[in-house]
Amino acid sequence: MLVIKCPFCGERDQTEFTCHGEAHIARPENPDELTDEQWGDYIFFRQNIKGYQYERWSHDHGCGRWFNALRNSVTDQFVDTYKIGEEKPAIPSDEGK
Amino acid sequence: MNKYSVFSLVRNAMSYHENWQKAWRSPDPKKEYDVVIVGGGAHGLATAYYLAKECGITNVAILEKGWLGGGNTGRNTTIVRSNYLWDESSAIYEHAMKLWENLSQDLNYNVMFSQRGLLHLAHNVHDMQEIGRRGHAIHLNGIDSEFLTPEQVKEIEPTINLDCRYPVLGALLQRRGGSARHDAVAWGYARAADDMGVDIIQNCEVTGFDIQDGVVKGVETSRGHIGAKKVGVVTAGHSSVMANMAGFRMPLESFPLQAMVSEPLKPVINTVIMSGAVHVYLSQSDKGELVVGAGSDNFVSYSQRGSFDMMDHIVGPLKELFPFTSRLRMMRQWGGIVDVTVDRSPIITKTPVENMFFNCGWGTGGFKATPGSGNVFAHSIANGELHPIAAPFTMNRFNTGALIDEGAAAAVAH
Ligand SMILES: Cc1cc2nc3c(=O)[nH]c(=O)nc-3n(C[C@H](O)[C@H](O)[C@H](O)COP(=O)(O)OP(=O)(O)OC[C@H]3O[C@@H](n4cnc5c(N)ncnc54)[C@H](O)[C@@H]3O)c2cc1C
Ligand SMILES: [Zn+2]
Repeated sequence: MLVIKCPFCGERDQTEFTCHGEAHIARPENPDELTDEQWGDYIFFRQNIKGYQYERWSHDHGCGRWFNALRNSVTDQFVDTYKIGEEKPAIPSDEGK
Repeated sequence: MNKYSVFSLVRNAMSYHENWQKAWRSPDPKKEYDVVIVGGGAHGLATAYYLAKECGITNVAILEKGWLGGGNTGRNTTIVRSNYLWDESSAIYEHAMKLWENLSQDLNYNVMFSQRGLLHLAHNVHDMQEIGRRGHAIHLNGIDSEFLTPEQVKEIEPTINLDCRYPVLGALLQRRGGSARHDAVAWGYARAADDMGVDIIQNCEVTGFDIQDGVVKGVETSRGHIGAKKVGVVTAGHSSVMANMAGFRMPLESFPLQAMVSEPLKPVINTVIMSGAVHVYLSQSDKGELVVGAGSDNFVSYSQRGSFDMMDHIVGPLKELFPFTSRLRMMRQWGGIVDVTVDRSPIITKTPVENMFFNCGWGTGGFKATPGSGNVFAHSIANGELHPIAAPFTMNRFNTGALIDEGAAAAVAH
């Protein structure tokens, strides 16, 4: 069972959280002008990284707030969690194998 | 290839079973192939088999980083059915079902295909509406399905507890559904493909692609460069990793999906039972073990493990539905990495790289499609154009919006 650190509440059990996929994908400011190609890419296409990846999580069964995390998808280890709008932490140098 | 038969069994018994021919060779890779298949799961092996058998292309290699069937093929709960909602899905899953029905004869290998029937339980009004809608849609496509009352369910599965916390209100039955032996499917396709000249190369990891002017020319592997006129990538949970190597992204996320088996029992579960609402699915293997599948984790992971709470989530409903399981011991638990699309339908597609094709996105439910998937993918690679059954599953649908939304029929992992 993972222990996840909510930036607002501290460490809590994994079952309180929901993951919402890749973080730092900016919503296009000009949706009307996008081609189907660009819009589909924005909505559906993901990096799905094997290694370190930035993700959005929410503390559903807790404070209910959203935050970001840097996590290794091979070991499931959380490097860090941080509030929306805060600068993202650097990827550790072992390249996440 | 020596044919397997009752006579060969007797003949080999005379020599204490010490002289069976190897099921397939293990050749060193050649310099170049007409087609290189990346990924030695059942879908990749089936692709190579149909390339050789139906498309006349035998200069083919399968490159597998581990061992044959060591991915999701050897980790799945082997539910086979073709009762999906949409026409496109009916076409591909029923194509597979028809091939399953003759597969052991076709491969001269007993894949232990067993059409013992598959029950889809309904526990609430929404479930009843869903099986109603899907059952009728399936009928219109000429695929068998029957609606059952709770009493009829009880007749088929006497040990079920209909009045559990979320009572069983009805069920959809596909009598032609059932299961098959996963390893045998991989080994049967491997043996038959090898016999037609396909090179099966295990312990050979693809680490990059040789792409020149947007055209694939070969693959970089742990055993050196291997040239290829065409490349078919069939790597399930690792498809995004392969796409990233080739310089594009896929509409996929990879999640761990778990299953477990119990200690062996005398025959007690007669069909394959699935319940989306309480979320559990189970069957009994020929060894007697109950094979029970869990849900997938909701975060990207390549850990091949899965979360503890997901196991907890299926043990509850299992005990509610089948109270006799409460003192059953579970023997093994494992996870596989499934490649999930948002519409819960697979991707069979050309890619931005010329002569490179992907077959992936089967997520939690691709074992049942193995023969059909390999068959239409082989024709797609051979012709350079997607087979008509495969065409709707192109990756392009995520740009055009023509999704094939099997959320309801496939949202339960199976
Ligand atoms: C627990 C569980 C239960 C399931 N239950 C069912 C079910 O009941 N019914 C059903 O229909 N489906 C089920 N599925 C889904 C089903 O297992 C898959 O959809 C199907 O097996 C996919 O087959 P495949 O051949 O594409 O993938 P795999 O068998 O995973 O084969 C892909 C292969 O590619 C190899 N590979 C990856 N990267 C590389 C590389 N770089 N170089 C070389 N090789 C590489 C892997 O080692 C692997 O062997 C289940 C899955 C799981 C995990
Ligand atoms: Zn919180």
